[in-house]
Amino acid sequence: MRTTRFPDRQTMSERMAGFMAHLRLNGLDAGMPENETALAALGAIDATDRNEVRLALKSVCAHGSEGFRAFDDLFDGYWLNHGRRRERAVHRHDGERRPPRATSKIREMMQGRTGGGIPDMPDNDSEGESEGGSGRLLASRIEAVRRADLRGLTTPEELAEAEAVARQIARSLRDRRSRRRRAARRGALLDLRRIARRSVAHGGDPVELLRRRRPDRPVNIVAICDVSGSMTVYARVFLAFLQGLVSADSRTDAFLLHTRLVRISDALRDNDTLRAVERLSLMANGFGGGTRIGANLKAFNDQYARGMVTGRTVVVILSDGYDTDPPELIGGELARLKRRGCKIVWLNPLKGWNGYEPVARGMAAALPHLDLFAAANTLDSLAALRPHLQGM
Amino acid sequence: MSWKTLKDELAKHGYVAADDLAMALHLAVTIGKPLLLEGAAGVGKTQLAKTLAELFDTRLIRLQCYEGLDAASAIYEWNYQRQLLSIRAATASGAPGEDIEDRIFSEKYLLARPLLEAILQDKAPVLLLDEVDRADEEFEAYLLELLSDFQVTIPELGTITARTRPHVILTSNGTRDLSDALRRRCLYSYVDYPDRATELSILAARQPGIEARLCEQIVGVVQALRKEDLEKKPGVAEMLDWAAAIAGLGINDLTDDPVELQATLVCLLKTQADRAAVPIEVQQRLVGKAA
Repeated sequence: MRTTRFPDRQTMSERMAGFMAHLRLNGLDAGMPENETALAALGAIDATDRNEVRLALKSVCAHGSEGFRAFDDLFDGYWLNHGRRRERAVHRHDGERRPPRATSKIREMMQGRTGGGIPDMPDNDSEGESEGGSGRLLASRIEAVRRADLRGLTTPEELAEAEAVARQIARSLRDRRSRRRRAARRGALLDLRRIARRSVAHGGDPVELLRRRRPDRPVNIVAICDVSGSMTVYARVFLAFLQGLVSADSRTDAFLLHTRLVRISDALRDNDTLRAVERLSLMANGFGGGTRIGANLKAFNDQYARGMVTGRTVVVILSDGYDTDPPELIGGELARLKRRGCKIVWLNPLKGWNGYEPVARGMAAALPHLDLFAAANTLDSLAALRPHLQGM
Repeated sequence: MSWKTLKDELAKHGYVAADDLAMALHLAVTIGKPLLLEGAAGVGKTQLAKTLAELFDTRLIRLQCYEGLDAASAIYEWNYQRQLLSIRAATASGAPGEDIEDRIFSEKYLLARPLLEAILQDKAPVLLLDEVDRADEEFEAYLLELLSDFQVTIPELGTITARTRPHVILTSNGTRDLSDALRRRCLYSYVDYPDRATELSILAARQPGIEARLCEQIVGVVQALRKEDLEKKPGVAEMLDWAAAIAGLGINDLTDDPVELQATLVCLLKTQADRAAVPIEVQQRLVGKAA
């Protein structure tokens, strides 16, 4: 690999600043302080040795294990002859070739969602779409939208509604009543212990009535969304759904799953929509590719579950269950996850179809470990989850 | 000292570091920044700090973090008993109040805890903040001032600046995500399980008495075990324990006595489920492959 040719008038510190900007665009935290440290670090090593520079900048700029793993590719992407194009910088993680349209596809999706216009969807065959009807009742149209299969949803309004439903669900999930009771100003139950204690002051007459109740305890949500080839038609709405979940509560975490597992909560929370799109599109390498649910669940268990999943967590998996890994793996990993005491909800878009049987072997292996297995092919079916989730 | 010499020096003291780790440590020492080490348990994060202290021939000041760790037990505390005694003695002799106040809030009455102690040393010590992810987020905030400016502010005394910059090493096991502010003040390195060659040299450095063929077998089995589906993968520390156990029992070849070997696996497998996952047949298969 040859070194990238920079314009001659660029000084070293300008190039370094460019590198920091490159890292920033790819999701690493790098800015002024890192730039300063990096230049100081170059002074402490042999700056003409490529490998030394790589190791030094790595320790300066990678602030976490994710950045640590991605750094080598990013370094090559900027300093070596790949040129400065972001798209090419990170894609060779596992040596597989990414179809070039994946990036633009997700960007299109996200931009469509943020009001950029209506991208065309090839299989737009839903019955709820009544374009051009000027005098129709708005309500009935919304009704139709809610019942239409999610594959047909394309317009920004529809996606916004998906988000709204997601927020409702997130809210209904969030609070779970504790089993313990606590003293409270108002409450359904009398707190006899305190009443008895206070009555001492009144010569044994229970004058003050104190109460207690079961307080609400927050629930954490971890959502894992499958965006493999078989799920692409649903991916847009589910992304909106994830965004809704994530924005409703700062403790929620969201992941994408295809051949790899990618954490997208921070990207979804990004206020700058354009930057969020950039970040997401970079993370979604492999979007629309194969599925490795089992292996990814394992990665989740190994890497993230320890910090995120407790007895107060609901893990929501959005997937059709078509997996290229052996089905035992899914079963085993779900069982392992379950041992952390969490609830597992599996939303399967195929379940809403008439005559669907969970015959996909992965799905069949997963079933015994699920607390709730529900359809997710229309907005109505998503909204219908609320009562189930509240009871959990 | 270049990073290569540092790496060699560490190796002489029995710590075999990977390239990126040696470089991160070298930079941390030369440009005076804290070093944050992450990685699974038992890959030698804490050991690195100990070895570094040995290498520089300086003190190792260690602060083991835990949930609920507060400033009083990490930075400083006033010696209240002495202060009270001093006040009693002074009022008895009729000294004016301001004098007493000046006296009892002087350094003499200050109990330095690890963090303050580290910046008061005349020779730069190695300050190890172990498992910093276990401490609360509030504690991280205390750390920020110390790590960026190497100073501690005591309201009654003013700001105490470091006499020498300690070499700070933080370790984390990923119990919780550390804040970005803390991460950005540190150099970072992720310590992974060593590869076969590195692990062999670690074993040779720490347990020089074991012959080469047995070393190969031991490392081979441990490396294979890490690929198995275990809840808690054996780290380097466990590997060394196991090697010591095998050497202590006088086993010369792992294939000799499967039953005895199975009993020694307690050094490597630390949960009931993992013990059950490696029955004697699996152990035989692993040993067979390694031999």
